[in-house]
Amino acid sequence: MIKPAVVTIDGRDVAIEGERNLLELIRKAHVELPTFCYHSELSIYGACRLCLVDVEGRGIMGACSTPPEPGMRIKTSTAEIREIRRITIELLLANHDGHCPTCPKSDNCKLQALARRMGIETIRFKPRQKRVEVDNSSCSLTRDPNKCILCGDCVRVCTEIQGIGAINFAHRGSQAAVEPAFGKKLGDVECVNCGQCAAFCPTGVLTPKSEIPAVWRAFEDPRKKVVAQVAPAVRVALGECFGLPPGEEVTGRLVAALRAIGFAAVYDTSFTADLTVIEEGTEFLQRKTKGGKLPMFTSCCPAWVKFAEHNYPELLPNLSSCRSPQQMFGSLAKETLPQQLGVAKEDLVVVSIMPCTAKKFEARRPEFTHDGVADVDIVLTTQELARMIEEAGLDFKALEPDSLDMPFGFYTGAGVIFGASGGVSEAVLRFAAEALTGKPLAKVDFLQVRGEGGLREASVVIDGTTVKIAMVHGLANARHVAELVKAGKADYDVIEVMACPGGCIGGAGQPIAGNGLARKARTKGLYDADKRLPLHKSQDNLFVTQSYQEHLGPVGGERAHNLLHTHYHNRRPSDEGELQKHETPAEVRLQVKICAGTACLVRGAQKIAHAVRGYVEEHSLQNMVDVRMIFCSENCGNGPTVMVGDRVLPRCTVEEARQALDEELANHT
Amino acid sequence: MVAKDVLTEAEPKIPHVAGRRIIVCAGTGCKANGSEAVYEAFLESIAAAGAQVAVEFKSEGGDGEVSVTRSGCQGVCSQAPLVTILPDTVLYMRVQPSDVEEIVAKTLVAGQVVERLLYHLPDTGAACRGAKDIPFLNRQTHVVLREVGYLDPENLQEYLRLGGYEAARKAFLQMTPEGICIEVAQSGLRGRGGGGFPTGRKWEAARQRPNVKKYVICNADEGDPGAFMNCSVMEGNPHSVIEGLLIAARAIGADEAYVYIRAEYPLAVKRMKQAVADAEAAGFLGDNVFGSGLRVHCELKEGAGAFVCGEETAMIASVEGQRGMPRPKPPFPAYSGLWGKPTVINNVETLAQVTRIIRDGPAVFRQVGTPTAPGTKTFSITGHVANTGLIEVPLGTTLGEVVYGIGGGVTDDAGRLSKDGFKAVQIGGPSGGCLTPDHVNLPLDYDALRGVGAMVGSGGLVVMNQQTCIVSIARFFLDFTQRESCGKCVLCREGTRQMLALLDDIIAGRADATTLPLLESLAHAVQKGSLCGLGKTAPNPVLSTLRHFRPEYEAHIVQKRCPAGRCKALRKITINETKCIGCGACLHKCPVNAISGEKKKPHRINLVACIKCGACAEACKFAAVEGV
Repeated sequence: MIKPAVVTIDGRDVAIEGERNLLELIRKAHVELPTFCYHSELSIYGACRLCLVDVEGRGIMGACSTPPEPGMRIKTSTAEIREIRRITIELLLANHDGHCPTCPKSDNCKLQALARRMGIETIRFKPRQKRVEVDNSSCSLTRDPNKCILCGDCVRVCTEIQGIGAINFAHRGSQAAVEPAFGKKLGDVECVNCGQCAAFCPTGVLTPKSEIPAVWRAFEDPRKKVVAQVAPAVRVALGECFGLPPGEEVTGRLVAALRAIGFAAVYDTSFTADLTVIEEGTEFLQRKTKGGKLPMFTSCCPAWVKFAEHNYPELLPNLSSCRSPQQMFGSLAKETLPQQLGVAKEDLVVVSIMPCTAKKFEARRPEFTHDGVADVDIVLTTQELARMIEEAGLDFKALEPDSLDMPFGFYTGAGVIFGASGGVSEAVLRFAAEALTGKPLAKVDFLQVRGEGGLREASVVIDGTTVKIAMVHGLANARHVAELVKAGKADYDVIEVMACPGGCIGGAGQPIAGNGLARKARTKGLYDADKRLPLHKSQDNLFVTQSYQEHLGPVGGERAHNLLHTHYHNRRPSDEGELQKHETPAEVRLQVKICAGTACLVRGAQKIAHAVRGYVEEHSLQNMVDVRMIFCSENCGNGPTVMVGDRVLPRCTVEEARQALDEELANHT
Repeated sequence: MVAKDVLTEAEPKIPHVAGRRIIVCAGTGCKANGSEAVYEAFLESIAAAGAQVAVEFKSEGGDGEVSVTRSGCQGVCSQAPLVTILPDTVLYMRVQPSDVEEIVAKTLVAGQVVERLLYHLPDTGAACRGAKDIPFLNRQTHVVLREVGYLDPENLQEYLRLGGYEAARKAFLQMTPEGICIEVAQSGLRGRGGGGFPTGRKWEAARQRPNVKKYVICNADEGDPGAFMNCSVMEGNPHSVIEGLLIAARAIGADEAYVYIRAEYPLAVKRMKQAVADAEAAGFLGDNVFGSGLRVHCELKEGAGAFVCGEETAMIASVEGQRGMPRPKPPFPAYSGLWGKPTVINNVETLAQVTRIIRDGPAVFRQVGTPTAPGTKTFSITGHVANTGLIEVPLGTTLGEVVYGIGGGVTDDAGRLSKDGFKAVQIGGPSGGCLTPDHVNLPLDYDALRGVGAMVGSGGLVVMNQQTCIVSIARFFLDFTQRESCGKCVLCREGTRQMLALLDDIIAGRADATTLPLLESLAHAVQKGSLCGLGKTAPNPVLSTLRHFRPEYEAHIVQKRCPAGRCKALRKITINETKCIGCGACLHKCPVNAISGEKKKPHRINLVACIKCGACAEACKFAAVEGV
């Protein structure tokens, strides 16, 4: 018999069963090694130095970065290792803004938990003096660098899972910090507000920006009527904040809590998810049957929408023009509820309860504000709602379940599964299948679109028509698919994109789960809710039908379009599509090149480009001059750099560029 | 010692210069001291003296050409600029353009020596005519530095005439990769960049990797304060490094090579670039190396001034265009390095040694050095020592030979030889440790040094005299490493900063009984727990000075006294009443009115108000102010 490969951990033999590193093996042996920077979904980083173990014959090593080898003998808690761990935590605490009671992460801070676990009672090292300004520029996230322990989790999730890299390390030694590029603020860079950095942050550096005070204020204002819409994913996660297992649906108690804290009416975003299915499904069928832009990307995830606006403006025509369920709700609510509830439009306050931080940004997009009235006034995350319930002193578990208000509290299973990756696709399929065949669907479950993978594909044949679908979560995966589409290599009809792992159930506004098991349970919770509901198809939602009859007019009609659809913006720094690499073509026309590298853009390259283009048009020089933006002239220190013919103009101004253009044109001809 | 006669044997034959050759050192030290102007002056002066010089050269029986060339560092940087005249083997020092006319007239034409420009022994004052007479030079063993200082580094032809690229040609056309690895392993060569890992073993591990794509990187990111060995080799003999890199590429099967070079070495960058371009033009680099059908492309990558990028994995990240931060090992670069492919990283000096090992065979390499550490090693010797500069000695040479034999002895602050002045040597740069007079017989090699808590490192040697405060020195080196920490791992980033704060407490008189135990346990944690070599070795200066000079630390802490009298905050400035005549000069100079006293009566200093600026001592004509 072959002896199984084992590692001896604190005197016990533990079999190696494909574990990638000692940390996984040790955890399998039920020893909880402390760590900040190890996450199984992210790359190995090795910076926190807490998972150190003593490997016989080799000395002290990081468990996270050491592969298990048969015969290794390991000690996880020697006096030496305990002292190193204590020193590490003390060093972090000495450099940490320790105002714990006022920190939003006070109940869920890993640093606090580890300090307690190691019994640290004094900090032997000097506290740091310098305070850094808190970054409040983002409407979704607050960034307080004073609490940063530089574990790099946020940097890696932003780069590796989301493919963005909005934040990274800057400076060295004890000056090292995590910041957006060039020390800019989070609200001024290509951050898409997904908030996954906050979901991974072990301390209170990155947190969802709280809008709780605005809700309390609205309750206090006698003129205001405050109504709520609750997103599907909230109902299977909120309970976690009150000791209930992940995935347990708490809709009834959630409604009761909302009423108790002061909401005049409680509705469900699942209702407008049903509406989205009808609009988006119709849009898809039109594209598919009438030769419109395909593949069609879904548009309900605001982080994905902003990501596409920054990175793939050429694909914006492929995005469904449908507003997200949150914004459809806002628009419909502001259109119909004032009359129904007897309140002036400007006094109706629509509060969304969302699993998502990007929804806060979405609600503030200028497209969704009309005459100074926003469709959605306030967006709370699941976490914030839990705090309000706590603040109100409600015993959540003991609340008597209550029911939602009509008509926008009525929903089908198709609306509720929106919260999980693959849910939108399945809901649209349930609609499209009936629309194409004209016959009722025998079996509503499309199991082939469900699953956990970050990049999944499915083919569904409906009445002889094959619909190819890709389901993506994590924006790095979305980037991959978008590149395929751009290269013409993607043979899909519909691409569902959700920024967060697992879809909305894994949103950054949800209670911090710590592992993938909670996400799995929440997904199951949503599909179970679908099963329990009497209706499973959006087209069966009578109140949706009624809304079309009373307010929206025909599906896909003008009024529906005005209220339920939107348009997108190219957020690329240069407005001429893909930037060309800096090369000099042999051309007869005078070449004016304006560097659009980051340093030049920051210093106003775009303004110069506009001005020069304007000048060229004004003087009808288009057939003599080519004006292009290039990347990057590698003269960053002296930006903005403009090249007119062979002349290089460092630190160029609009006037200098024009003058050089005139002079070079005189020479040129 | 083997050193004695080696120089004569090793003296490089400079071919095709039958006439006189004037070599002006163009190392960084000499250039900074104006050697370019000296070079120009020689060109002008010889042109002006034209006929006369030519006649003189004819009588030498050669082809009558006089050549003036620039060379790499000749090692005696403290006496820059240096001018060597061959075949007379006269070595002039501190030469200024104004001296050139005299040299041409006296030495070139009349065959005499300009006495005042020769090197004079620091103890007896006797003049030395050339390198053979100067202990600093004649006690060394030059292998990698053999041609440095004679060779025109910007002239490939000259390198070829000295047998250059023969080793690489042999490696590509006659040897198998395995054979190369075996020869290098047999030579016993250990990495000259710090750790001393056997080079042959490193190569063999990478060679055995099945990947098609592999890389070699030359680590030319020398960053230790006071170290300039690699700089001198690259400036003085760049082709020897490129040749070693080619051999490494052949040995492991790499087709791309990078030289990660310190951008703050502009001259080395220029010469290495030139060398790569010349080697490409000659077909030694490119798609068909030596006609073997194998390709090796070489690219220079300039660092952005981060010390940590000398660490292998940080260097790889930097070459990839990432932030220069180390990553955990394993996997080691030989398995997964640049772009995830097997990569070998060797130091400049290691590669220069490889060139000789393949050319002359491992046995020749092993003739000097010790069995476990064969060969020679360059050191840069600086600090309180009579002769400072670049040296090369066999590994295993004793500390005493280096400090006294080659270095010429320890000097006091005024630069005079001081018999009992030797206090300590910091070896191995900021990551190294310190040695004391107790170690004068310690052989300088990897294992012996590790045994006393120090390391060869890249080879920096800073000699310190009795007037040096050891706590301040430890602080100096720690300050460097804490600034250069990349900031990734907690223990290095926060730990070195807090260690520095504790040393500051000691120096400023704020320390108490808890300071040293805390400093020691923190240093231990940083040493054991840090992610990379920078962090793991950062506490070395503190730990090794604590080991050898604990009483000096304790004097600072317990008695609030700096035995070397260097720590300003611990100075107790007093006025000696027997010497003070009450002139009032100090009273008027004191910027904080800390001095009081009546005219013609001894004055007093209020120590609470005193800021220890020393203005009073400067003002006093009677040396009555003490303790400054």
